[in-house]
Amino acid sequence: MTEPTITPMVKSEGVHKYFGRLEVLKGIDLEVMPGEVMCVIGPSGSGKSTFLRCINHLEKLTAGKLWVDGELVGYRQKGDKLHELRDNEVAAKRREIGMVFQRFNLFPHMTVCENVMEAPIQVKGVAKAKARERALALLERVGLADKPKAYPRELSGGQQQRVAIARALAMDPKLMLFDEPTSALDPELVGEVLAVMRQLAEDGMTMVVVTHEMGFAKEVGDSLVFMDGGVVVEQGSPRDVISNPQHERTKAFLGKVLT
Amino acid sequence: MTSPETDERKNRIPPEQIVAVPVRHPGRWVAAAALLVLAAMLVNSLVTNPAWSWDVVWQFLFSDRVLKGLWVTIELTLLAMVIGVVLGIVVAVMRLSRNPIVSTIAWLYAWFFRGTPVLVQVIFWSYIAVLYPTLSLGIPFGPEFVYFDSNLLIPIFAGAVLGFGLNEAAYMSEIVRAGILSVDQGQTEAAEALGMTRLKILRRIVLPQAMRVIIPPTGNETISMLKTTSLASVIAVGDLFTQVQLIYGGNLKYVPLLVVASIWYLVLTSLLSIAQYFIERRYSRGAIPARQGGFLGFGRPKSGLA
Repeated sequence: MTEPTITPMVKSEGVHKYFGRLEVLKGIDLEVMPGEVMCVIGPSGSGKSTFLRCINHLEKLTAGKLWVDGELVGYRQKGDKLHELRDNEVAAKRREIGMVFQRFNLFPHMTVCENVMEAPIQVKGVAKAKARERALALLERVGLADKPKAYPRELSGGQQQRVAIARALAMDPKLMLFDEPTSALDPELVGEVLAVMRQLAEDGMTMVVVTHEMGFAKEVGDSLVFMDGGVVVEQGSPRDVISNPQHERTKAFLGKVLT
Repeated sequence: MTSPETDERKNRIPPEQIVAVPVRHPGRWVAAAALLVLAAMLVNSLVTNPAWSWDVVWQFLFSDRVLKGLWVTIELTLLAMVIGVVLGIVVAVMRLSRNPIVSTIAWLYAWFFRGTPVLVQVIFWSYIAVLYPTLSLGIPFGPEFVYFDSNLLIPIFAGAVLGFGLNEAAYMSEIVRAGILSVDQGQTEAAEALGMTRLKILRRIVLPQAMRVIIPPTGNETISMLKTTSLASVIAVGDLFTQVQLIYGGNLKYVPLLVVASIWYLVLTSLLSIAQYFIERRYSRGAIPARQGGFLGFGRPKSGLA
Protein backbone atom coordinates (compact mmCIF):
# COMPACT_ATOMS: atom_id res chain seq x y z
CA MET A 1 0.00 0.00 0.00
CA THR A 2 2.27 2.77 -1.19
CA GLU A 3 -0.46 4.78 -2.84
CA PRO A 4 -0.79 8.23 -1.34
CA THR A 5 -4.57 8.18 -1.77
CA ILE A 6 -6.83 8.41 1.27
CA THR A 7 -8.85 5.30 2.08
CA PRO A 8 -12.55 6.06 1.69
CA MET A 9 -14.57 5.64 4.90
CA VAL A 10 -17.25 3.76 3.01
CA LYS A 11 -16.80 2.15 -0.35
CA SER A 12 -19.45 0.07 -2.02
CA GLU A 13 -19.05 -1.88 -5.23
CA GLY A 14 -22.00 -3.42 -7.00
CA VAL A 15 -24.00 -3.94 -3.81
CA HIS A 16 -27.14 -5.98 -4.36
CA LYS A 17 -29.72 -6.95 -1.81
CA TYR A 18 -32.64 -9.33 -2.23
CA PHE A 19 -35.44 -9.88 0.23
CA GLY A 20 -36.62 -13.26 -0.95
CA ARG A 21 -37.16 -12.66 -4.65
CA LEU A 22 -37.57 -8.91 -4.32
CA GLU A 23 -34.46 -7.07 -5.46
CA VAL A 24 -34.19 -4.00 -3.25
CA LEU A 25 -30.69 -2.86 -4.16
CA LYS A 26 -29.64 -3.30 -7.77
CA GLY A 27 -25.95 -2.56 -7.73
CA ILE A 28 -24.87 0.41 -5.65
CA ASP A 29 -21.45 1.97 -6.23
CA LEU A 30 -20.61 4.76 -3.81
CA GLU A 31 -17.70 6.27 -1.93
CA VAL A 32 -17.79 8.36 1.20
CA MET A 33 -14.54 10.05 2.12
CA PRO A 34 -13.44 10.70 5.70
CA GLY A 35 -15.06 13.84 7.06
CA GLU A 36 -17.67 13.86 4.31
CA VAL A 37 -21.37 14.29 5.00
CA MET A 38 -23.35 12.38 2.42
CA CYS A 39 -27.09 12.80 2.29
CA VAL A 40 -29.21 10.16 0.62
CA ILE A 41 -32.66 11.10 -0.62
CA GLY A 42 -35.30 9.28 -2.60
CA PRO A 43 -38.88 8.06 -2.45
CA SER A 44 -39.81 5.43 0.13
CA GLY A 45 -39.01 1.94 -1.03
CA SER A 46 -36.07 3.19 -3.05
CA GLY A 47 -33.65 1.12 -0.94
CA LYS A 48 -31.87 3.98 0.80
CA SER A 49 -32.49 2.68 4.32
CA THR A 50 -31.57 -0.84 3.28
CA PHE A 51 -28.27 0.41 1.89
CA LEU A 52 -27.57 2.24 5.13
CA ARG A 53 -28.28 -0.94 7.11
CA CYS A 54 -25.89 -2.86 4.86
CA ILE A 55 -23.06 -0.57 5.92
CA ASN A 56 -23.08 -1.87 9.49
CA HIS A 57 -24.20 -5.34 8.47
CA LEU A 58 -27.68 -5.16 9.96
CA GLU A 59 -28.59 -6.47 6.52
CA LYS A 60 -26.48 -9.04 4.71
CA LEU A 61 -25.45 -8.21 1.17
CA THR A 62 -26.63 -10.61 -1.50
CA ALA A 63 -23.93 -9.59 -3.94
CA GLY A 64 -21.17 -7.03 -4.23
CA LYS A 65 -18.66 -5.74 -1.74
CA LEU A 66 -18.66 -3.09 0.93
CA TRP A 67 -15.69 -1.68 2.81
CA VAL A 68 -15.70 0.52 5.89
CA ASP A 69 -12.38 2.26 6.44
CA GLY A 70 -10.70 -0.19 4.11
CA GLU A 71 -12.07 -3.30 5.85
CA LEU A 72 -14.57 -5.62 4.25
CA VAL A 73 -17.96 -5.60 6.01
CA GLY A 74 -19.19 -8.98 7.25
CA TYR A 75 -16.47 -11.09 5.65
CA ARG A 76 -12.79 -11.81 5.73
CA GLN A 77 -10.95 -12.38 2.50
CA LYS A 78 -8.43 -15.24 2.43
CA GLY A 79 -6.94 -15.66 -1.01
CA ASP A 80 -9.93 -15.40 -3.31
CA LYS A 81 -12.32 -16.97 -0.81
CA LEU A 82 -14.68 -15.05 1.47
CA HIS A 83 -15.16 -16.24 5.03
CA GLU A 84 -18.15 -15.10 7.00
CA LEU A 85 -17.27 -13.26 10.19
CA ARG A 86 -18.41 -14.66 13.53
CA ASP A 87 -21.14 -12.86 15.44
CA ASN A 88 -18.69 -11.35 17.90
CA GLU A 89 -16.40 -10.19 15.08
CA VAL A 90 -19.33 -8.47 13.39
CA ALA A 91 -20.22 -6.92 16.74
CA ALA A 92 -16.65 -5.70 17.18
CA LYS A 93 -16.78 -3.90 13.81
CA ARG A 94 -20.11 -2.30 14.61
CA ARG A 95 -18.57 -0.54 17.61
CA GLU A 96 -16.87 1.83 15.22
CA ILE A 97 -20.07 2.74 13.41
CA GLY A 98 -22.76 4.72 15.18
CA MET A 99 -26.34 4.46 14.05
CA VAL A 100 -29.35 6.63 14.72
CA PHE A 101 -32.79 5.25 13.93
CA GLN A 102 -35.99 6.82 12.73
CA ARG A 103 -37.84 5.62 15.81
CA PHE A 104 -34.99 6.39 18.28
CA ASN A 105 -34.98 2.87 19.79
CA LEU A 106 -33.81 4.08 23.16
CA PHE A 107 -33.82 1.43 25.88
CA PRO A 108 -37.03 2.26 27.76
CA HIS A 109 -36.06 0.47 30.98
CA MET A 110 -32.97 2.61 31.47
CA THR A 111 -32.59 6.27 32.30
CA VAL A 112 -31.16 8.65 29.72
CA CYS A 113 -27.73 8.46 31.35
CA GLU A 114 -27.83 4.66 31.56
CA ASN A 115 -28.76 4.51 27.88
CA VAL A 116 -25.61 6.40 26.98
CA MET A 117 -23.42 4.45 29.44
CA GLU A 118 -24.66 1.00 28.49
CA ALA A 119 -22.53 0.23 25.44
CA PRO A 120 -19.22 1.64 26.71
CA ILE A 121 -19.57 -0.41 29.90
CA GLN A 122 -20.91 -3.61 28.36
CA VAL A 123 -18.96 -3.60 25.11
CA LYS A 124 -15.74 -1.73 25.82
CA GLY A 125 -15.49 -2.54 29.52
CA VAL A 126 -15.18 1.12 30.51
CA ALA A 127 -15.38 1.71 34.27
CA LYS A 128 -18.78 2.87 35.45
CA ALA A 129 -17.64 6.21 36.88
CA LYS A 130 -15.74 7.05 33.72
CA ALA A 131 -18.66 6.06 31.52
CA ARG A 132 -20.98 8.26 33.56
CA GLU A 133 -18.64 11.22 33.28
CA ARG A 134 -18.43 10.78 29.53
CA ALA A 135 -22.19 10.30 29.24
CA LEU A 136 -22.87 13.54 31.09
CA ALA A 137 -20.44 15.37 28.84
CA LEU A 138 -22.13 13.97 25.74
CA LEU A 139 -25.57 14.84 27.07
CA GLU A 140 -24.38 18.38 27.56
CA ARG A 141 -23.11 18.39 23.99
CA VAL A 142 -26.58 17.50 22.68
CA GLY A 143 -28.18 20.03 25.02
CA LEU A 144 -29.66 17.62 27.55
CA ALA A 145 -27.41 18.19 30.54
CA ASP A 146 -30.46 18.53 32.79
CA LYS A 147 -32.08 15.21 31.90
CA PRO A 148 -29.70 12.37 32.86
CA LYS A 149 -32.15 10.79 35.31
CA ALA A 150 -35.24 10.97 33.09
CA TYR A 151 -36.64 7.88 31.41
CA PRO A 152 -37.00 8.01 27.62
CA ARG A 153 -40.80 8.11 27.66
CA GLU A 154 -40.68 11.31 29.72
CA LEU A 155 -38.89 13.11 26.88
CA SER A 156 -40.16 14.65 23.68
CA GLY A 157 -39.29 12.97 20.39
CA GLY A 158 -36.62 15.55 19.65
CA GLN A 159 -35.01 15.03 23.04
CA GLN A 160 -35.14 11.26 22.62
CA GLN A 161 -33.44 11.48 19.26
CA ARG A 162 -30.71 13.67 20.72
CA VAL A 163 -30.15 11.08 23.46
CA ALA A 164 -29.91 8.46 20.72
CA ILE A 165 -27.20 10.53 19.04
CA ALA A 166 -25.32 10.85 22.35
CA ARG A 167 -25.67 7.08 22.85
CA ALA A 168 -24.09 6.42 19.47
CA LEU A 169 -21.32 8.97 20.07
CA ALA A 170 -20.42 7.31 23.38
CA MET A 171 -18.74 4.52 21.42
CA ASP A 172 -16.44 7.04 19.67
CA PRO A 173 -17.50 5.97 16.19
CA LYS A 174 -15.55 6.98 13.13
CA LEU A 175 -18.68 6.89 11.03
CA MET A 176 -22.26 7.84 11.86
CA LEU A 177 -25.29 6.50 10.03
CA PHE A 178 -28.60 8.35 10.29
CA ASP A 179 -31.73 6.55 9.14
CA GLU A 180 -34.35 9.27 8.62
CA PRO A 181 -33.56 10.76 12.03
CA THR A 182 -36.26 13.44 11.88
CA SER A 183 -39.07 11.61 10.08
CA ALA A 184 -40.85 10.53 13.27
CA LEU A 185 -40.69 13.98 14.84
CA ASP A 186 -43.29 16.71 15.15
CA PRO A 187 -42.30 19.53 12.77
CA GLU A 188 -41.36 21.95 15.54
CA LEU A 189 -38.88 19.42 17.00
CA VAL A 190 -36.97 18.75 13.78
CA GLY A 191 -34.75 21.79 14.15
CA GLU A 192 -33.15 20.82 17.47
CA VAL A 193 -32.06 17.43 16.10
CA LEU A 194 -30.73 18.93 12.88
CA ALA A 195 -28.77 21.47 14.92
CA VAL A 196 -27.00 18.69 16.81
CA MET A 197 -26.25 16.91 13.53
CA ARG A 198 -24.96 20.11 11.98
CA GLN A 199 -22.61 20.60 14.94
CA LEU A 200 -21.42 17.03 14.52
CA ALA A 201 -20.70 17.65 10.85
CA GLU A 202 -18.76 20.81 11.69
CA ASP A 203 -16.67 18.79 14.14
CA GLY A 204 -15.57 16.67 11.21
CA MET A 205 -17.61 13.48 11.70
CA THR A 206 -18.11 11.31 8.66
CA MET A 207 -21.84 10.94 8.20
CA VAL A 208 -24.25 9.15 5.90
CA VAL A 209 -27.69 10.65 6.35
CA VAL A 210 -30.86 9.23 4.85
CA THR A 211 -33.24 12.14 5.03
CA HIS A 212 -36.11 14.11 3.60
CA GLU A 213 -34.75 17.39 4.93
CA MET A 214 -33.69 19.18 1.75
CA GLY A 215 -32.57 22.26 3.66
CA PHE A 216 -30.19 20.20 5.75
CA ALA A 217 -28.90 18.32 2.71
CA LYS A 218 -28.24 21.57 0.91
CA GLU A 219 -26.54 23.41 3.77
CA VAL A 220 -24.69 20.68 5.62
CA GLY A 221 -24.22 17.92 3.06
CA ASP A 222 -21.01 17.67 1.06
CA SER A 223 -22.62 15.36 -1.42
CA LEU A 224 -26.13 14.31 -2.30
CA VAL A 225 -27.26 10.97 -3.64
CA PHE A 226 -30.68 10.44 -5.17
CA MET A 227 -31.82 6.83 -5.12
CA ASP A 228 -34.87 5.34 -6.78
CA GLY A 229 -35.87 1.76 -7.47
CA GLY A 230 -32.73 0.33 -5.88
CA VAL A 231 -30.21 2.29 -7.95
CA VAL A 232 -28.33 5.55 -7.58
CA VAL A 233 -29.98 7.76 -10.15
CA GLU A 234 -27.92 10.85 -9.62
CA GLN A 235 -25.23 12.15 -7.31
CA GLY A 236 -23.18 15.27 -6.96
CA SER A 237 -22.88 18.38 -4.88
CA PRO A 238 -26.18 19.11 -3.12
CA ARG A 239 -26.62 22.49 -4.78
CA ASP A 240 -26.18 21.07 -8.26
CA VAL A 241 -28.48 18.14 -7.76
CA ILE A 242 -31.23 20.17 -6.10
CA SER A 243 -31.14 23.23 -8.31
CA ASN A 244 -30.18 21.55 -11.55
CA PRO A 245 -31.25 17.90 -11.60
CA GLN A 246 -30.24 16.00 -14.73
CA HIS A 247 -32.66 13.07 -14.65
CA GLU A 248 -36.40 13.05 -15.10
CA ARG A 249 -36.91 10.94 -11.97
CA THR A 250 -34.88 13.35 -9.87
CA LYS A 251 -36.84 16.28 -11.24
CA ALA A 252 -40.14 14.56 -10.52
CA PHE A 253 -39.10 13.67 -6.96
CA LEU A 254 -37.71 17.12 -6.17
CA GLY A 255 -40.80 18.69 -7.67
CA LYS A 256 -42.92 16.84 -5.10
CA VAL A 257 -40.62 17.47 -2.16
CA LEU A 258 -39.67 21.09 -2.72
CA THR A 259 -43.10 22.64 -2.62
CA MET B 1 -40.28 33.43 36.10
CA THR B 2 -43.49 35.32 35.64
CA SER B 3 -44.25 35.80 32.00
CA PRO B 4 -47.31 37.84 31.13
CA GLU B 5 -49.00 34.58 30.24
CA THR B 6 -48.77 33.11 33.73
CA ASP B 7 -49.92 36.38 35.26
CA GLU B 8 -52.95 36.25 33.09
CA ARG B 9 -53.64 32.68 34.22
CA LYS B 10 -53.40 33.67 37.88
CA ASN B 11 -55.81 36.56 37.58
CA ARG B 12 -58.35 34.54 35.65
CA ILE B 13 -61.72 33.91 37.28
CA PRO B 14 -62.30 30.14 37.48
CA PRO B 15 -65.21 28.97 35.33
CA GLU B 16 -68.49 28.24 37.07
CA GLN B 17 -68.65 24.50 37.64
CA ILE B 18 -71.64 22.52 36.44
CA VAL B 19 -74.07 21.56 39.17
CA ALA B 20 -76.47 18.84 38.04
CA VAL B 21 -78.57 16.08 39.54
CA PRO B 22 -76.61 12.84 39.04
CA VAL B 23 -78.24 9.90 37.29
CA ARG B 24 -79.85 7.49 39.77
CA HIS B 25 -78.93 3.82 39.60
CA PRO B 26 -81.66 1.81 41.36
CA GLY B 27 -80.38 -1.39 39.75
CA ARG B 28 -77.09 -1.09 41.62
CA TRP B 29 -78.88 -0.82 44.95
CA VAL B 30 -81.01 -3.88 44.23
CA ALA B 31 -77.99 -5.94 43.19
CA ALA B 32 -75.98 -4.86 46.21
CA ALA B 33 -78.83 -5.69 48.57
CA ALA B 34 -79.33 -9.13 47.04
CA LEU B 35 -75.64 -9.97 47.30
CA LEU B 36 -75.47 -8.76 50.89
CA VAL B 37 -78.37 -11.03 51.84
CA LEU B 38 -76.66 -14.00 50.16
CA ALA B 39 -73.39 -13.20 51.94
CA ALA B 40 -75.20 -12.99 55.28
CA MET B 41 -76.80 -16.39 54.64
CA LEU B 42 -73.39 -17.88 53.89
CA VAL B 43 -71.78 -16.48 57.03
CA ASN B 44 -74.77 -17.63 59.08
CA SER B 45 -74.45 -21.19 57.82
CA LEU B 46 -70.67 -21.19 58.43
CA VAL B 47 -71.26 -20.19 62.04
CA THR B 48 -74.35 -22.22 62.90
CA ASN B 49 -73.83 -25.49 60.98
CA PRO B 50 -72.03 -27.77 63.44
CA ALA B 51 -70.67 -29.92 60.57
CA TRP B 52 -67.98 -27.28 59.94
CA SER B 53 -66.60 -28.08 63.44
CA TRP B 54 -64.60 -24.92 63.82
CA ASP B 55 -63.16 -26.21 67.08
CA VAL B 56 -61.45 -29.03 65.14
CA VAL B 57 -60.21 -26.56 62.54
CA TRP B 58 -58.70 -24.45 65.30
CA GLN B 59 -57.23 -27.53 66.97
CA PHE B 60 -55.31 -28.56 63.85
CA LEU B 61 -54.60 -25.22 62.14
CA PHE B 62 -51.29 -24.79 63.95
CA SER B 63 -50.58 -28.42 64.80
CA ASP B 64 -47.04 -29.66 64.24
CA ARG B 65 -47.99 -32.05 61.47
CA VAL B 66 -49.88 -29.41 59.51
CA LEU B 67 -47.07 -26.88 59.90
CA LYS B 68 -44.51 -29.47 58.82
CA GLY B 69 -46.60 -30.24 55.77
CA LEU B 70 -46.97 -26.55 55.08
CA TRP B 71 -43.21 -26.15 55.06
CA VAL B 72 -42.79 -29.07 52.64
CA THR B 73 -45.38 -27.49 50.35
CA ILE B 74 -43.50 -24.19 50.38
CA GLU B 75 -40.18 -25.87 49.66
CA LEU B 76 -41.66 -27.98 46.91
CA THR B 77 -43.29 -24.95 45.27
CA LEU B 78 -40.21 -22.74 45.43
CA LEU B 79 -37.77 -25.37 44.18
CA ALA B 80 -40.09 -26.48 41.39
CA MET B 81 -40.61 -22.86 40.30
CA VAL B 82 -36.87 -22.15 40.33
CA ILE B 83 -36.30 -25.14 38.04
CA GLY B 84 -39.31 -24.12 35.98
CA VAL B 85 -38.24 -20.51 35.46
CA VAL B 86 -34.54 -21.16 34.83
CA LEU B 87 -35.13 -24.11 32.53
CA GLY B 88 -38.07 -22.27 30.96
CA ILE B 89 -35.80 -19.38 29.96
CA VAL B 90 -33.26 -21.84 28.54
CA VAL B 91 -35.91 -23.69 26.54
CA ALA B 92 -37.42 -20.42 25.29
CA VAL B 93 -34.04 -19.17 24.10
CA MET B 94 -33.36 -22.55 22.47
CA ARG B 95 -36.75 -22.35 20.78
CA LEU B 96 -35.77 -19.00 19.24
CA SER B 97 -32.34 -20.28 18.21
CA ARG B 98 -31.28 -20.17 14.59
CA ASN B 99 -30.01 -23.74 14.88
CA PRO B 100 -32.91 -25.90 13.62
CA ILE B 101 -31.95 -28.91 15.74
CA VAL B 102 -31.77 -26.86 18.93
CA SER B 103 -35.12 -25.21 18.28
CA THR B 104 -36.74 -28.53 17.38
CA ILE B 105 -35.49 -30.12 20.60
CA ALA B 106 -36.97 -27.21 22.53
CA TRP B 107 -40.26 -27.68 20.73
CA LEU B 108 -40.24 -31.40 21.48
CA TYR B 109 -39.53 -30.68 25.13
CA ALA B 110 -42.56 -28.41 25.43
CA TRP B 111 -44.65 -30.85 23.42
CA PHE B 112 -43.82 -33.80 25.67
CA PHE B 113 -43.96 -32.14 29.07
CA ARG B 114 -47.13 -30.22 28.31
CA GLY B 115 -48.69 -33.24 26.67
CA THR B 116 -48.47 -35.69 29.56
CA PRO B 117 -50.22 -35.31 32.94
CA VAL B 118 -48.07 -33.74 35.62
CA LEU B 119 -49.20 -36.48 38.01
CA VAL B 120 -47.69 -39.11 35.73
CA GLN B 121 -44.44 -37.15 35.51
CA VAL B 122 -44.17 -36.78 39.27
CA ILE B 123 -44.73 -40.48 39.87
CA PHE B 124 -42.29 -41.30 37.09
CA TRP B 125 -39.46 -39.20 38.54
CA SER B 126 -40.07 -40.42 42.04
CA TYR B 127 -39.87 -44.04 41.01
CA ILE B 128 -37.22 -43.67 38.31
CA ALA B 129 -35.14 -46.25 40.13
CA VAL B 130 -37.54 -48.85 38.81
CA LEU B 131 -36.54 -47.96 35.25
CA TYR B 132 -32.90 -47.09 35.82
CA PRO B 133 -31.59 -48.68 39.02
CA THR B 134 -28.19 -47.07 38.54
CA LEU B 135 -27.14 -43.84 36.91
CA SER B 136 -23.57 -43.31 35.76
CA LEU B 137 -21.31 -40.66 34.34
CA GLY B 138 -19.09 -41.48 31.40
CA ILE B 139 -18.58 -41.16 27.68
CA PRO B 140 -21.82 -41.65 25.73
CA PHE B 141 -22.00 -45.25 24.51
CA GLY B 142 -18.45 -45.67 25.90
CA PRO B 143 -16.89 -46.45 29.24
CA GLU B 144 -18.55 -45.25 32.45
CA PHE B 145 -16.66 -43.79 35.36
CA VAL B 146 -18.99 -43.14 38.26
CA TYR B 147 -22.08 -45.05 39.36
CA PHE B 148 -24.94 -43.81 41.49
CA ASP B 149 -27.78 -45.71 43.03
CA SER B 150 -30.83 -43.96 41.58
CA ASN B 151 -32.78 -44.39 44.82
CA LEU B 152 -30.11 -42.49 46.69
CA LEU B 153 -29.53 -39.87 44.00
CA ILE B 154 -33.20 -39.08 43.50
CA PRO B 155 -35.18 -39.60 46.70
CA ILE B 156 -38.94 -39.17 46.63
CA PHE B 157 -38.85 -35.47 47.46
CA ALA B 158 -36.31 -34.68 44.73
CA GLY B 159 -38.38 -36.75 42.35
CA ALA B 160 -41.40 -34.61 43.11
CA VAL B 161 -39.37 -31.41 42.66
CA LEU B 162 -38.08 -32.67 39.31
CA GLY B 163 -41.51 -33.78 38.19
CA PHE B 164 -43.16 -30.46 38.96
CA GLY B 165 -40.15 -28.41 37.85
CA LEU B 166 -39.65 -30.06 34.47
CA ASN B 167 -43.35 -29.85 33.77
CA GLU B 168 -43.43 -26.21 34.78
CA ALA B 169 -40.43 -25.43 32.54
CA ALA B 170 -42.50 -26.43 29.52
CA TYR B 171 -45.20 -23.89 30.40
CA MET B 172 -42.71 -21.25 31.46
CA SER B 173 -40.84 -21.58 28.17
CA GLU B 174 -43.96 -20.49 26.29
CA ILE B 175 -44.47 -17.58 28.67
CA VAL B 176 -40.85 -16.47 28.33
CA ARG B 177 -40.97 -16.86 24.57
CA ALA B 178 -44.06 -14.66 24.37
CA GLY B 179 -42.26 -12.11 26.53
CA ILE B 180 -39.16 -12.09 24.35
CA LEU B 181 -41.23 -11.76 21.19
CA SER B 182 -43.12 -8.83 22.70
CA VAL B 183 -39.97 -6.71 22.78
CA ASP B 184 -39.71 -4.42 19.77
CA GLN B 185 -37.24 -5.61 17.13
CA GLY B 186 -35.79 -2.09 17.07
CA GLN B 187 -34.37 -2.69 20.55
CA THR B 188 -32.26 -5.57 19.31
CA GLU B 189 -31.17 -3.58 16.27
CA ALA B 190 -30.13 -0.60 18.35
CA ALA B 191 -28.12 -2.84 20.65
CA GLU B 192 -26.56 -4.65 17.68
CA ALA B 193 -25.62 -1.35 16.11
CA LEU B 194 -23.82 -0.46 19.34
CA GLY B 195 -21.71 -3.61 18.98
CA MET B 196 -23.33 -5.70 21.71
CA THR B 197 -23.16 -9.46 21.38
CA ARG B 198 -26.26 -11.66 21.20
CA LEU B 199 -26.00 -12.93 24.76
CA LYS B 200 -25.50 -9.44 26.17
CA ILE B 201 -28.43 -8.12 24.17
CA LEU B 202 -30.61 -10.88 25.58
CA ARG B 203 -29.48 -10.33 29.16
CA ARG B 204 -29.26 -6.55 29.27
CA ILE B 205 -31.82 -5.34 26.76
CA VAL B 206 -34.41 -7.93 25.80
CA LEU B 207 -35.06 -9.97 28.96
CA PRO B 208 -35.45 -6.96 31.30
CA GLN B 209 -38.11 -5.59 28.97
CA ALA B 210 -39.69 -9.00 28.45
CA MET B 211 -40.05 -9.28 32.23
CA ARG B 212 -43.03 -6.94 32.23
CA VAL B 213 -44.88 -9.43 30.07
CA ILE B 214 -43.44 -12.51 31.79
CA ILE B 215 -44.11 -11.68 35.44
CA PRO B 216 -47.92 -11.61 35.66
CA PRO B 217 -48.40 -15.09 34.14
CA THR B 218 -45.44 -16.35 36.19
CA GLY B 219 -47.27 -15.20 39.31
CA ASN B 220 -50.26 -17.19 38.12
CA GLU B 221 -48.05 -20.21 37.52
CA THR B 222 -46.57 -19.97 41.01
CA ILE B 223 -49.99 -19.79 42.62
CA SER B 224 -51.13 -22.67 40.48
CA MET B 225 -48.00 -24.66 41.37
CA LEU B 226 -48.64 -24.12 45.07
CA LYS B 227 -51.91 -25.99 44.74
CA THR B 228 -50.69 -28.50 42.17
CA THR B 229 -48.12 -29.72 44.70
CA SER B 230 -51.05 -31.29 46.54
CA LEU B 231 -50.86 -33.99 43.86
CA ALA B 232 -47.65 -35.05 45.58
CA SER B 233 -49.84 -36.65 48.21
CA VAL B 234 -50.03 -39.73 45.97
CA ILE B 235 -46.32 -40.35 46.49
CA ALA B 236 -46.48 -39.47 50.19
CA VAL B 237 -43.98 -36.65 50.06
CA GLY B 238 -45.37 -35.21 53.28
CA ASP B 239 -46.73 -31.93 51.93
CA LEU B 240 -49.62 -30.03 53.48
CA PHE B 241 -52.26 -32.01 51.67
CA THR B 242 -50.65 -35.36 52.50
CA GLN B 243 -50.56 -34.47 56.19
CA VAL B 244 -54.16 -33.37 56.18
CA GLN B 245 -55.20 -36.59 54.45
CA LEU B 246 -53.28 -38.63 56.97
CA ILE B 247 -54.94 -36.81 59.84
CA TYR B 248 -58.48 -37.18 58.58
CA GLY B 249 -57.71 -40.74 57.61
CA GLY B 250 -57.23 -41.31 61.33
CA ASN B 251 -60.00 -39.21 62.89
CA LEU B 252 -62.47 -39.12 59.96
CA LYS B 253 -63.02 -35.35 60.36
CA TYR B 254 -62.85 -34.66 56.63
CA VAL B 255 -64.51 -31.27 56.44
CA PRO B 256 -62.60 -29.37 59.13
CA LEU B 257 -59.26 -30.69 57.94
CA LEU B 258 -59.97 -29.76 54.34
CA VAL B 259 -60.86 -26.31 55.68
CA VAL B 260 -57.49 -26.22 57.47
CA ALA B 261 -55.69 -26.99 54.20
CA SER B 262 -57.76 -24.42 52.30
CA ILE B 263 -57.01 -21.72 54.84
CA TRP B 264 -53.28 -22.29 54.50
CA TYR B 265 -53.41 -22.39 50.69
CA LEU B 266 -55.34 -19.11 50.75
CA VAL B 267 -52.82 -17.51 53.09
CA LEU B 268 -49.92 -18.57 50.86
CA THR B 269 -51.54 -17.46 47.62
CA SER B 270 -52.30 -14.08 49.23
CA LEU B 271 -48.66 -13.69 50.21
CA LEU B 272 -47.60 -14.61 46.68
CA SER B 273 -49.94 -12.00 45.22
CA ILE B 274 -48.36 -9.35 47.40
CA ALA B 275 -44.88 -10.43 46.30
CA GLN B 276 -46.00 -10.32 42.69
CA TYR B 277 -47.23 -6.76 43.10
CA PHE B 278 -43.83 -5.57 44.25
CA ILE B 279 -41.89 -7.49 41.60
CA GLU B 280 -44.13 -6.08 38.89
CA ARG B 281 -43.52 -2.58 40.19
CA ARG B 282 -39.77 -3.20 40.10
CA TYR B 283 -39.81 -4.20 36.46
CA SER B 284 -42.14 -1.49 35.21
CA ARG B 285 -39.31 1.05 35.46
CA GLY B 286 -39.54 3.50 32.62
CA ALA B 287 -42.77 2.00 31.38
CA ILE B 288 -46.05 3.74 30.87
CA PRO B 289 -48.02 3.45 34.14
CA ALA B 290 -50.42 1.04 32.52
CA ARG B 291 -53.15 0.00 34.92
CA GLN B 292 -53.96 2.21 37.82
CA GLY B 293 -56.03 -0.39 39.59
CA GLY B 294 -55.72 -0.55 43.34
CA PHE B 295 -53.18 -2.51 45.31
CA LEU B 296 -52.93 -6.10 43.99
CA GLY B 297 -55.29 -5.22 41.19
CA PHE B 298 -58.30 -5.00 43.49
CA GLY B 299 -60.57 -2.04 43.40
CA ARG B 300 -61.94 -0.23 40.45
CA PRO B 301 -59.55 0.76 37.67
CA LYS B 302 -59.43 4.51 37.33
CA SER B 303 -60.69 5.38 33.92
CA GLY B 304 -57.92 6.40 31.58
CA LEU B 305 -60.33 8.23 29.33
CA ALA B 306 -61.08 11.07 31.68
